[in-house]
Amino acid sequence: MADLHFLANPARFRRFSQRVLPSLAFATVLMLAVGLYMALIQSPPDYQQGDTVRIMFVHVPSAWLAMAGYALLAGLGASLLIWRHPLAALMARASAPVGAGFCAVCLLTGALWGRPMWGAYWVWDARLTSMLLLFFLYLGHIALSRAYDEPERGDRAAAILALVGVINLPIIKFSVDWWNTLHQPASVARLGGPSIHPSILIPLLWMAATLFLLFVLLVLLRTDTEIDRRRLENAELQA
Amino acid sequence: MSGFAALVARDLRLVWRRPGDVAVVLAFFVVATTLFPLGIGPEANVLARIAAGVLWCAALFAALLSLDRLFAADFEDGTLDLLLLAPWPLELAALAKCCAHWIVTGLPLALLAPFLGVAFGLEPGVLLALAATLLVGTPALSLIGGLAAALTLGARKSGALLALLALPLCVPTLIFGSGAVEALATGGDFGAHLAVLAALALVALATTPWAIAAALRQAGE
Repeated sequence: MADLHFLANPARFRRFSQRVLPSLAFATVLMLAVGLYMALIQSPPDYQQGDTVRIMFVHVPSAWLAMAGYALLAGLGASLLIWRHPLAALMARASAPVGAGFCAVCLLTGALWGRPMWGAYWVWDARLTSMLLLFFLYLGHIALSRAYDEPERGDRAAAILALVGVINLPIIKFSVDWWNTLHQPASVARLGGPSIHPSILIPLLWMAATLFLLFVLLVLLRTDTEIDRRRLENAELQA
Repeated sequence: MSGFAALVARDLRLVWRRPGDVAVVLAFFVVATTLFPLGIGPEANVLARIAAGVLWCAALFAALLSLDRLFAADFEDGTLDLLLLAPWPLELAALAKCCAHWIVTGLPLALLAPFLGVAFGLEPGVLLALAATLLVGTPALSLIGGLAAALTLGARKSGALLALLALPLCVPTLIFGSGAVEALATGGDFGAHLAVLAALALVALATTPWAIAAALRQAGE
C-alpha cells in the first residue's frame, strides 16, 4: 500500500507516467502487431465456427477488461472516500470512459459474432443482458461525475455510486442468470483446466495481455490529461 | 427513535397539505398502464401474459418520478443542514425519508395495482399476488431511488440522471417481482420468488441508508 500512496501525489504521478508512457506505448503497439498476426493469420479456423471464432480474440478480453475496469472504479472510489486521494478522483474520471469503451466493444463484437452463430444480433440471454447492465452502470458513473458545477462533488458522488454498483453487480448477475440463460458457459477459467485448444488459447491470452496494456496506457494518458485540465481550471480561477 | 417517527410524521404532514403531488404520481401510474393495451392491442390472453411486467415497470417509473424532490426541498430550505447537525444518526434520517416516501407512493401503488390488473384480465388469485409482490418490493425501490436522489442532489438535469442511476440497480427487484406473479400464473414456485424479493428488499434496507447518508454528507459540505 505504501507504494500506491507514494503515487497519490499528482505531481509525482505525472513524473512517473511521463517516464513510463513512451515504453508502454511502444510495447502495446508491438504486442498488438504480433497479437493480430497470431489471431488473424496464424491460428486455425474453428471446426464449427470457421473464421468467426477470430472475433473472440477481441471479444473475450474486452469483456474481462470491462469487468476489471468497474472493479478499478470501485477501488478508486474507496480510496477517494477513505484517504481523499486527489489522484483517485482524476483517475476514476479518466478510466470510466475507457471501461465503458471496452464494454461497448464487447457488446458490439458479441452482436457481430451472434448474427452468423445464433442467427440474431441480440438475444435476451443472461450474460449479454448483465453486460448491457454493466454498460448502463458505466454510463451512470460517467454522467454523474460530470453533472456538477464543482467537479469535486461529482467525483465523490460517483465514488459512492461505484461502490454501490460493485456490491450490486453480483446481485444483478445472479438475478439475470435466474431470469434466462442460453449463452455458453465459461470455458477458460474453470476447474479441470481450460477446454480450449492451445492453438486458440495462446493467441487469446496474448490478446488479453495486449488489451490489458492498452487499457493501462489509455488510463495513464487520460489521467495525465485530467491532471493538466484540473491545473488549467485552477489557474483560470486564480487569474 | 422518536426523531425517526417525528421525521416520518413531518414528511407525511407536508404531503397531506399538498395531496396533488401524490395524486399526480398515481394518475401517471394509471395512464401509463392504460397505454399498453392501446399500443399492443386488446387481445385478452396477450394482455394477461404481459400484465405483471407492465404493472411492475409502470410502478417502478411512477416511484422514480416522485423521487427527485425527496431531498431537494430539504436541501434548498436548509432542513438538510439541520439534519446533518442533529445529534442523531443521519442514516436514520435517510431511512425515515425513504419510509415516508414508501407510505405515500409504494403503498398506494400496491393497493391500486390489483384494480388495474382486473383491466388486464388477471385472475383474483394473481391480483392478490401482484399486490403482495408490490408491497414487498416497493420498499426496495424507495430505498434505491432514495440513494439515486441523494447522489444527484444539486446536479444539473437531476431528474433524467436519477433514472439512469436507479434503473439498473432496480433490475433484480423488477425481475423477481414480476417473476413471482408470472410463477403463480404458470404454476411455478411463487413462495421462492417472493422470498428472494423480500431478501432483496432487506438487503436494500440494510445497506442503502449508509450510502444515502454518505451522499447527503457530500452534498452538505
